[in-house]
Amino acid sequence: QQPAQFTNPETPGYVGFANLPNQVHRKSVKKGFEFTLMVVGESGLGKSTLINSLFLTDLYPERIIPGAADKIERTVQIEASTVEIEERGVKLRLTVVDTPGYGDAINCRDCFKTIISYIDEQFERYLHDESGLNRRHIIDNRVHCCFYFISPFGHGLKPLDVEFMKAIHNKVNIVPVIAKADTLSLKERERLKKRILDEIEEHGIKIYHLPDAESDEDEDFKEQTRLLKASIPFCVVGSNQLIEAKGKKVRGRLYPWGVVEVENPEHNDFLKLRTMLITHMQDLQEVTQDLHYENFRSERLKRGNRKIEDEEVNKDQILLEKEAEVR
Amino acid sequence: PHAGPVDSKNEAAMSELVPEPRQKPVVPMKPMGINTSLLGYIGIDTIIEQMRKKTMKTGFDFNIMVVGQSGLGKSTLVNTLFKSQVSRKSSGWNREEKIPKTVEIKAIGHVIEEGGVKMKLTVIDTPGFGDQINNENCWEPIEKYINEQYEKFLKEEVNIARKKRIPDTRVHCCLYFISPTGHSLRPLDLEFMKHLSKVVNIIPVIAKADTMTLEEKTEFKQRVRKELEVNGIEFYPQKEFDEDLEDKTENDKIRQESMPFAVVGSDKEYQVNGKRVLGRKTPWGIIEVENLNHCEFALLRDFVIRTHLQDLKEVTHNIHYETYRAKRLNDNGGLPPMTAETEENHESNL
Repeated sequence: QQPAQFTNPETPGYVGFANLPNQVHRKSVKKGFEFTLMVVGESGLGKSTLINSLFLTDLYPERIIPGAADKIERTVQIEASTVEIEERGVKLRLTVVDTPGYGDAINCRDCFKTIISYIDEQFERYLHDESGLNRRHIIDNRVHCCFYFISPFGHGLKPLDVEFMKAIHNKVNIVPVIAKADTLSLKERERLKKRILDEIEEHGIKIYHLPDAESDEDEDFKEQTRLLKASIPFCVVGSNQLIEAKGKKVRGRLYPWGVVEVENPEHNDFLKLRTMLITHMQDLQEVTQDLHYENFRSERLKRGNRKIEDEEVNKDQILLEKEAEVR
Repeated sequence: PHAGPVDSKNEAAMSELVPEPRQKPVVPMKPMGINTSLLGYIGIDTIIEQMRKKTMKTGFDFNIMVVGQSGLGKSTLVNTLFKSQVSRKSSGWNREEKIPKTVEIKAIGHVIEEGGVKMKLTVIDTPGFGDQINNENCWEPIEKYINEQYEKFLKEEVNIARKKRIPDTRVHCCLYFISPTGHSLRPLDLEFMKHLSKVVNIIPVIAKADTMTLEEKTEFKQRVRKELEVNGIEFYPQKEFDEDLEDKTENDKIRQESMPFAVVGSDKEYQVNGKRVLGRKTPWGIIEVENLNHCEFALLRDFVIRTHLQDLKEVTHNIHYETYRAKRLNDNGGLPPMTAETEENHESNL
């Protein structure tokens, strides 16, 4: 982007700080962006394929898919992979946090402990760094966004979906996603989306809300924002395979009855999801910083040095203190 | 009439056994073959026709159970199989139904007729299976229901005054729906099939198969077959019940290539190439349920209804039910369980 032309610095009244956005822009480009995206959902919902499609990369080159017997013993793991993507001089350092094992066990009661601990740990580390002496190179590993994958095969949210989202909606921005959307007809998609939105409201789950377009934005952008808001949760199809369709090569999936095109807005919401993520990356970071992190920080500082590891001990301690007060 | 050429093998075997007194065999030895066309027509083949007529008049019972997580298309598939609205969720069902908090067993009966043959079809649905956060032992209510039907039949059998035709509520076939993740079976799938393959005929199907390309389907099927084998799960048709070489060849092909059937169900019709077909309409094409290039629904239908229906009932009766009966008798010290009638008699005798 060309820097805005300066008006003649000799013009009376002109200060020159109108150029600030350009300076910020230049610095950002030099510094690059950091973004941490967490991906949560049962096995086989298309998470890895979608991530690879979104960022046109292969984050999982040597992947081994475990069989059911192996999954019986496994607990939820946290696996973070970082990749540096550069486009037109702008660098993005993207960390994708995977949660294999989520939703696989027969008894999923303890499914989310590991995940919540991880999110809290990143907040804890940032808090520690922020309060430290050397604050020049704080690395921000906080989770800025969580894609929660809802099964396209069900009739709406499952009990596990509801419980998990309620457990993390005050800690991270939740973006519900329905992948493998090519299993649904357009009508079925609308029905599923509506059902999910109703259930989200019914259970008081707070998902990430796209901010309305500012009044000074152009009409196209406003329209785009309206469209994006109306399409949540996004129904997407992922693929990095090139298929020949209508004389050109497109990314898609080849079936005996036709070709599903990933980047065709009439086939699925992939482009909408990508647009939303890219145009709102900064907002996602801000909400994480201003809302979720601040919540964590104030809770944490109020708690002082008491850890919540052993809630029983805590309760006893509180009781003792209350008794002492009464006396 | 002169019996055919003497079977020398049999003679030799018998002469070997002669030194020791031998008990009369319970099962008659294979009878010698008699070639009737040389001598005249007896009419034995008309017995087949008589049996057929009888079956048509009396009709028959068939009980099919469907098990799988909510939303895998179980009800739609059953409706598609029998081309009627026979499942719990027939036309006009409330799609806003909530997932029940425990596994429920819901049996719906219908009488359907085709070509003069009446079938009393019962579809047993199991809503709530696999849908909770904690699914431990969620197969127990299902196992309990199956055993209860065996018990009911057993009690009728041992009655002094038996009904001419014992009503058969035993589960002849259990369709287990596997989620089309494309990865592998889930731990719950393994647990369920391990426990239940010993008491009922399980036919695993891959649901909503229109989510996989041909390659993904082939790979997934292979992986599932391997997992089932490695974990010692015997699904129907079980290897040990193949009656003869013909059965074995036919069933081997089904076991090693076709199963688990990757199916798509639908109760809506669309026009394709001038014909009305059952299918699913998408922006990129119409998926034809009965087109073998699209999915294996037709294979499942032919297998369950057109070729193996009777065998499913026979294996249930001769193997699973007998296993249950033997166990019950053993537990009771070799005596049949008491029914209301026998209890009365017992008391009056006292």
